[in-house]
Amino acid sequence: MSSASLAWFARHEVGLFWRDWSALVLRGKPARKIVVGLILAAFVIGMHIVAWLTMTGAVDLAAVDPKAVLIFVSGCALVSLSLMVSQSLEMVTRAFYARADLDLILTSPAPPARIFIIRICAIALMSVVMSAVLVAPFLNVMAFLQGPVWLLGYLALLSMSALATAIALTIAICLFATIGPKRTRIAAQVIAAIIGAGFAIAMQLVAVVYFGNMSRLSVLTSPELTASLPAHGSPLWIPARALIGDASAVLLFCLAGFGTLVLSIWAFSSRFSMLALSTAGVTELGRKMSARPTRFRAGTIRRTLRRKELVLLARDPWLLSQTLMQMLYLLVPAFLLWRNFGAEIGAVIVVVPVIVMASGQLAGGLAWLTLCGEDAPDLVQSAPMRASISLQAKIEAVLIAVGLAVAPIVVFLGFVDLGAAVITTICLILSASAATAMQVWFRKQAKRVHFRHRHASSKIATFAEAFSSICWAGVAVLLALDNPLAVVSAFFALIVLMFVWLARPRDA
Amino acid sequence: MSDTVQDEPALKIDSLCKAFDKPAVNELGLRVAAGEFYALLGPNGAGKTTTLRMVAGLLPPDRGAISIFGIDALRHPVEAKRITAWVSDEPMIYDKLSPHEYLEFVAGLWGVEPRVAEIRSAELLELLGLAAHAHERCGGFSKGMRQKVALAGALVHNPRLIILDEPLTGLDAGSARQVKSVLQERVAGGVTVIMTTHILEVAERMAERIGVIDRGRLIAEGTLEELRLRSGGSGSNLEDIFLDLVGGGEAAVAEFAA
Repeated sequence: MSSASLAWFARHEVGLFWRDWSALVLRGKPARKIVVGLILAAFVIGMHIVAWLTMTGAVDLAAVDPKAVLIFVSGCALVSLSLMVSQSLEMVTRAFYARADLDLILTSPAPPARIFIIRICAIALMSVVMSAVLVAPFLNVMAFLQGPVWLLGYLALLSMSALATAIALTIAICLFATIGPKRTRIAAQVIAAIIGAGFAIAMQLVAVVYFGNMSRLSVLTSPELTASLPAHGSPLWIPARALIGDASAVLLFCLAGFGTLVLSIWAFSSRFSMLALSTAGVTELGRKMSARPTRFRAGTIRRTLRRKELVLLARDPWLLSQTLMQMLYLLVPAFLLWRNFGAEIGAVIVVVPVIVMASGQLAGGLAWLTLCGEDAPDLVQSAPMRASISLQAKIEAVLIAVGLAVAPIVVFLGFVDLGAAVITTICLILSASAATAMQVWFRKQAKRVHFRHRHASSKIATFAEAFSSICWAGVAVLLALDNPLAVVSAFFALIVLMFVWLARPRDA
Repeated sequence: MSDTVQDEPALKIDSLCKAFDKPAVNELGLRVAAGEFYALLGPNGAGKTTTLRMVAGLLPPDRGAISIFGIDALRHPVEAKRITAWVSDEPMIYDKLSPHEYLEFVAGLWGVEPRVAEIRSAELLELLGLAAHAHERCGGFSKGMRQKVALAGALVHNPRLIILDEPLTGLDAGSARQVKSVLQERVAGGVTVIMTTHILEVAERMAERIGVIDRGRLIAEGTLEELRLRSGGSGSNLEDIFLDLVGGGEAAVAEFAA
């Protein structure tokens, strides 16, 4: 293998990826291989069982209208494509801004286009792997039930990911060209968040407007939609037909998907080194905070710390995109609430758990940023105060930020149903507090810029945080329905909290 | 500050021990007088940073005693921290804050009256050549600018003891001169400075006393002249003395001590 060839770069990238992945999963303990293998096997088997039960029990395949199948598959494909584009846009942008080995490669005599090609292809592969985790069991089960032609769906999936990567690459290049390297990163994050949630939310909004509920399925299975769309043989259905194993459609779809990727790589690879170099000089230098200098403000140490945390949270680009995503998901229940204003309790039941769950998730992220992502831990630790003061101030900052984010919708809810608003407030405080407590117990010093990888630091805290938020959301909705089962959900939430406390690292 | 004893040494360390996988600091004893500029030298991994981090209250020692101006830093860490400042080789600043906001934050942590802090901050930023960047985010600052912001933060609460770990690493000549002159001014004003450095010329030129630490122990200490006399070569410079000590093993240390 000649040095700096495409194959050589590919081997280098695969090697790096494998080491990163195994370090993340095994954490330096080779004995974990067996446990990880068993978990993966259990997951694969479990997913296949779910797919089997779905495809043989819930759906009578012979009785389903073929056009309805195509509509359903197209809808799912569009949701997947939007997620793939979102994910790819994030990865493509990161590829331009990554400095780890890019400086070394760009200063070498190797053609920069080669590493660009490999990294873009790797992004396409990464996004297909993530989708395949969910789709593959269904393709396998269908191949078993209706013949191996369904396995062609894998090719269609790969083509869809190639298309998504090409779209993401084009968006990134357009951003560089229009707003420049200084603003592209944050703009790409925001666009990725909007695209990722956009299609699913749009379908939910349509469901709210036309069917009065939040189910995307009601849109895809509606007779009106089925009647208004073209017939089975229309080219519109080529992607859906490809995904369900139609050989000619697979061929056409692959040509379109891979062709678009090849075309975009060909068009943009020559700009790669120039763009990557332009990002190297991107700084925030010269960015004035305000025209007039503000006066120093008085306050206790706790207030000073709280103020600092809130300022940093407000200026965090990652947080901005994450919060935007959370807010986008809250948009639909808020819209549903508005549509049902003064009408019935039904909408409230949908809104309450969504707010409670979003609060828990948001609090977990913010708590990680303030507790683990402290950029000057030595400074704070060397200040003349008890460690508990810093911790209290950070927790207060998290809860204030969560409160500010959800307050408008809770106030609005109060006008519709005061009781539900009170329940929501109590449960969201509990959900946010539980998620924050978990981050306190599992806190580990990290860099703020590693926010995206916060889940890697503790799997227990991550799963428990999500499960706890779900349990508190359950408590809220059951209380709003006057259902005594709320006690059971609360019991589970407390059990999760207790489990996390018992499992916490002793040095935290 | 009022409860500190004026004639107490700025820093008194007795039998300080800290081990990670192996001993990092081993029965270390050290005295630094008030108003002194003290340089702590040693090869990589000698235990300099570990020692200073324990003094700054960033690392609990396994054993031993640390006293700052007569305050037991292990029993009364908050009181000791009130009169101490710590500057590490990696500047501890926030990318998303401006130097002005950073100094406001640090002043708030040390409880400095806002009006006083504001005047001091303006003076420090001017002195360190940062006034023009006072309202820009630190995220785009060079290493030298970041280090100067961190130093301004360390000085804004008027500490009596300043501990600096490799403060000149990576600074250009101009920035290094600014930092050195600010430190010398502070020492002239009665502040005690303890600094680790690998730049022996800086220690030679700035420090009143020099301590050499190796494998967690203080193996030599004194003024440059005293070190020269004990090393036996009146014409030798600090680099020669340092390399003799850390490269010569136990025999060189014993010979030096004798």
